[in-house]
Amino acid sequence: MTTPPFLGGQDGGPVADAAARRGAPAGTLMGRPTAGGRFGEFGGRYVPESLVPACVELAAAFDEAWADPTFRSHLDSLLASYAGRPTPVTECHRLSEQLGVRVLMKREDLAHTGSHKINNVLGQALLAARMGKGRLVAETGAGQHGVASATAAALLGLDCVVFMGEVDVERQALNVFRMRLLGAEVRPVSSGSRTLKDAVNEALRDWVATVETTHYCIGSVMGPHPYPYMVRELQRVVGDEARGQCRALLEGRDPDVVVACIGGGSNAAGTFAGFVDTDAALVGVEAAGGAALGDGAPGVVHGMRSMFLQDEAGQILEAHSISAGLDYPGIGPEHAHLAATGRATYHAVEDAEVLDAFRLLAATEGIIPALEPAHAVAWLVRAARTGGVAPGSTVLITMSGRGDKDVAQVMEMLS
Amino acid sequence: MRTPATPASAGPVQRATSGPVAGSAPAGVPPPPGKLESRLREARASGRKLVVPYLTGGLGDDWLDTLRALAAAGADAIEVGIPFSDPVMDGPTIQEASARALREGATPHSILDALRRADVDVPIAVMTYYNLVARAGHRRSASELAAAGVAGAILPDLPVDEAGPWVEAADAAGVETVLLAAPTTPDERLRTICARSRGFLYAVGVLGVTGERRELAASAREIARRCKAATDLPVLVGVGVSNAEQVREVCEVADGVVVGSALVRRLLDGAGPDGAGEFLAELRAGVDR
Repeated sequence: MTTPPFLGGQDGGPVADAAARRGAPAGTLMGRPTAGGRFGEFGGRYVPESLVPACVELAAAFDEAWADPTFRSHLDSLLASYAGRPTPVTECHRLSEQLGVRVLMKREDLAHTGSHKINNVLGQALLAARMGKGRLVAETGAGQHGVASATAAALLGLDCVVFMGEVDVERQALNVFRMRLLGAEVRPVSSGSRTLKDAVNEALRDWVATVETTHYCIGSVMGPHPYPYMVRELQRVVGDEARGQCRALLEGRDPDVVVACIGGGSNAAGTFAGFVDTDAALVGVEAAGGAALGDGAPGVVHGMRSMFLQDEAGQILEAHSISAGLDYPGIGPEHAHLAATGRATYHAVEDAEVLDAFRLLAATEGIIPALEPAHAVAWLVRAARTGGVAPGSTVLITMSGRGDKDVAQVMEMLS
Repeated sequence: MRTPATPASAGPVQRATSGPVAGSAPAGVPPPPGKLESRLREARASGRKLVVPYLTGGLGDDWLDTLRALAAAGADAIEVGIPFSDPVMDGPTIQEASARALREGATPHSILDALRRADVDVPIAVMTYYNLVARAGHRRSASELAAAGVAGAILPDLPVDEAGPWVEAADAAGVETVLLAAPTTPDERLRTICARSRGFLYAVGVLGVTGERRELAASAREIARRCKAATDLPVLVGVGVSNAEQVREVCEVADGVVVGSALVRRLLDGAGPDGAGEFLAELRAGVDR
């Protein structure tokens, strides 16, 4: 046990070796959190005592693996030969013409399993195997993280149980079938709002009972330390690749604006990590019905201090969004910190705007987006039309996943 | 006790601007034992095993009567759950009770108001989740618990590493914060938990969430043994202690037990205050001679 007691909120200074690796000075945003997992006032490790030793062990195991060239090269080779990395950056000519801004798109929808989620789960599954844990549990909203977890488990021969709210099981039936095909067990969750928040609760309850043999493969930059940091590091490949690709396209310049959608915030965190030390404006887009930064207050849920939709008493409220992946009343703690510092700004878009953007992108670029990144497109459409993004600007948008899973739902909504 | 947190002053986790909390006076000098710890120590000294039932606050119109019936039937202290929307440490029974109480309009305020009128001499400890005390601010929450006559607080999602600011406020208000020790807690960490826990030490008997178990887990006796070796505080085993036989068994090692789900299930099934009192008497009979 290396973590001294009673350090809540004031554990030692940042050790920015991750940032240092990229040449950034210590203390830089999106470097290492404090030893207790703080990003500013957010983060930490608020879990039942039974889980604390596992979190401590995981933090040490991740640090060790992340510094181990053998682990890194194993992961890199899986990302390349299995997940299809690097994913391209596409110049969206027709959309650019319509919006009057130059739109570049980071194509995580082209990664194996159809979203950026694969980057995180390959890393965590390798780490679980390295730690001798043969079973993964995961939560899922839209099913993308569940499918990715089931995929990584199949690849590495691990058992996998995915918790999914009953509402989501219904609206994402295709992904449920995919997970089962991949050999995972899908457990529908009938408590609470029966969506992502409750799937997280149930996965935590499972983990409390099985922690000695099970790794909880959290799908976003949320949960107790080290998850928010670890998942961001596993997703930073998105931003690191995109930065180089943008410079190649933009004659060495960076984009003016970098935009990504946010539920828990993993694709945004990975994207922002590649641009945080540039002059690019960083924009996160939440669903209006789940805007933890827009409408929430500081709180402590799911192992972390962050921003949550909650009532006066502190009861957590249900989020409402057409996108199961953004239907979450909280947000990763590092985003809460980025918002507090002003380095990134966060906006919310309505379901109707999202549907318009979904159709627009399909018709102008031949790319059917998942409903989650359609939020980012929706913000861009609005910002370009209202002057929120200056005409002629260059905008990088992360297309975090493809829309196959949503086509049936959208067909129903449009008919 | 609920108002929106104001970010800087009354925010849930207040950040000291200088120096670690561990080095400041309140954490270094534990307060003298409060009502919860004193009563439990007295009972233990008299040769009695400690039986502490858990009751979900606001569950049914007659929950205060249930509280009184439990006190009359020989509870040494009573845990009152303040229901939270996302109780990750609780299994299906207490989840259901919490959801029902919330549907029936229970709030932290309504439960504390009721406790103020409860008129029981047995010490009360609230069990809830950290967000509910963090939301209003530590100092305010602690003083409102004290004003309602609550002796102790148990926050299962607030481990010792994060507990400093809350414990400081609770100590100052005279509310004893009971910490939990788990089967996975290493020895060195267990000593830290014992040193920081007030009232009693809550030994989690099984890896898992609250709920009844057919048999007492081997881990229950083992964690009781480890905790007893580490502290002179009363050691109560909870989670997975479900009937008189299991109470008797675990009390061969521990000072007492917390029994939650087995009681709450009876209440959900309509046992009412009388049924609750009878069940407690049954548990007592297993350890009283």
